[in-house]
Amino acid sequence: MNAPALETRGLHKSFGALTVANAVDFRLESGARQALIGPNGAGKTTFVELVTGALRPSAGQINLDGADVTDLPQAARVKRGLVRTFQITALFRGLSILENVTLAICERQGIGGGLFWPAGRYRAAIEEAHALLEQVGLEDEALSPVTTLAYGRQRLVEIAISLALSPKVMLLDEPAAGVPSAESGTIIEVIERLPTDIAMLIIEHDMDLVFRLAQRITVLVQGSILVEGTPEEIAADPEVRRVYLGERPRR
Amino acid sequence: MTPSRAVEAFARRHHYRPYEALPWVAAVASYFVFPDYLALGAQILATILFALSADLVLGYAGIVTLGHAAFFGTGAYVAGILAAHGWGEPITGLLAGAVAAAVLGFLSGLVVLRTTGLALLMQTLVVATMVAEAANKASFITGGDDGLQGMEVWPIFGRFRFDLFGHTSYLYCLSALFLCWLAVRRMVHSPFGRSLTGIRENVRRMHAIGAPVARRRLIIYIISAALAGISGGLIAQTTQFVSLSFLSLERSGTVLIMLIIGGVGRLYGAFIGVPLYMVAQNRFSEIDPVYWYFWIGLLMVFIVVFARGGVLGLFDQFQR
Ligand SMILES: Nc1ncnc2c1ncn2[C@@H]1O[C@H](COP(=O)(O)OP(=O)(O)O)[C@@H](O)[C@H]1O
Ligand SMILES: [Mg+2]
Repeated sequence: MNAPALETRGLHKSFGALTVANAVDFRLESGARQALIGPNGAGKTTFVELVTGALRPSAGQINLDGADVTDLPQAARVKRGLVRTFQITALFRGLSILENVTLAICERQGIGGGLFWPAGRYRAAIEEAHALLEQVGLEDEALSPVTTLAYGRQRLVEIAISLALSPKVMLLDEPAAGVPSAESGTIIEVIERLPTDIAMLIIEHDMDLVFRLAQRITVLVQGSILVEGTPEEIAADPEVRRVYLGERPRR
Repeated sequence: MTPSRAVEAFARRHHYRPYEALPWVAAVASYFVFPDYLALGAQILATILFALSADLVLGYAGIVTLGHAAFFGTGAYVAGILAAHGWGEPITGLLAGAVAAAVLGFLSGLVVLRTTGLALLMQTLVVATMVAEAANKASFITGGDDGLQGMEVWPIFGRFRFDLFGHTSYLYCLSALFLCWLAVRRMVHSPFGRSLTGIRENVRRMHAIGAPVARRRLIIYIISAALAGISGGLIAQTTQFVSLSFLSLERSGTVLIMLIIGGVGRLYGAFIGVPLYMVAQNRFSEIDPVYWYFWIGLLMVFIVVFARGGVLGLFDQFQR
């Protein structure tokens, strides 16, 4: 059997007395479409930070494609195809949309540290960035400062940046959060069109969206995995209904 | 719109613009127009290089430092001590100063760059204070409180003597600044330079796209230290004097003020802020030496309130 694209074993993290990851054993198969749901403060974002290496776990192991990456720095994990988006948009605010994506391409191609040639000489990188903007429908504003975009379209830049890194595993942290529903359609379409060889974990509150996008769902409550299963199993699970679905009426 | 128009524009961004010739036209013109002020002019040119080096760390990489004088002073002392002890060849002296400052930048950068923000600011201050104290203690070689005396700087290329009127000094500093500017300009437009801007704009995002942020910050810190060292070496060689004030907090702070007046993170802020500050200081301190700092303070308040981007920021606003 193939190793899962991403796996955690006994992952543990606390902030002082607050445990936000408690013995988390998690698997994301390659090419999977999986959702991570749970109430606010359950530790979903922290899980992403732990897996990507932005935070260090206090115990446990993280495997990427079968290899232990627990002690690798964040950059090395990105090089192995582990890529995330941010729940609250984290872009290069002073730069153009095109440059936001180009910077990511340069890092992926290993030219981001080049001191000698002007960035403009790396045409292939710029053209690739532009092609990604076309893919998410932002090519007309390529040279505008990223802050001139409406928030919903800034979320698309988030996705374009992560695609620029040739991800094998994509962790989407509430990609449509804070976006008016009129604008979220494009984001969902872009996510649906993602190449199927990318293993995707999406954190999302909108249950309709979760059921539409995910083949499997993991429910996280207070840092622990409560249950994992198909959307039908999750929807039918009485415990889930009690702690999670019940609290939140379907939109 | 053709699909590649944006790409074209982006790929041409590093091309020279006509306005970029202005500082050099002004510098050459000043040489002829103000023959009586060439000594001051040389100091201004060398200080522009210091401010430019500070802009690289502060304006591009977002590293807030109050200790940049450590590198400036190190370059000055190394060039000065060499000249006072029998090696007055200016260009190698300058390079030796740059190397020494770069080494200090590397060693201190390994420690201070582990932090950010206020903690980083304090640590840069501590490093500069330690270097100043070391220079004070090593008075047998630095001259301590009395300053370093007895420098003998040889003619440039064995031909061009440093004259009393500052002709050679001015052209020497101008050439050094020009060469360093060429290198700096090239660097800020390189992918490395753009990645520094990325670090300043959003360091979390920079980590998330897999950039080796710590290494990039260390590299720019070393390069900036070397440039500051060259600046200090230039001033040491052209004034034939180095004192502990070269390493002082005041020196670190003043260069930031000059840079902020001109505009931070724009490459040309140094070229505007430094001449403005130093000419004004020269004028005001004749008219009103006591209140010079009052006026500078007032100007800073004005800039912080009305002109965040400094003089260059005002230009941007008028363009809109
Ligand atoms: N850096 C931190 N320091 C202390 N507490 C934190 C930190 N980051 C997150 N938390 C806390 O950890 C809990 C989980 O947060 P988070 O992972 O953001 O939850 P979720 O994304 O599921 O809403 C929250 O109670 C939050 O306040
Ligand atoms: Mg969250």
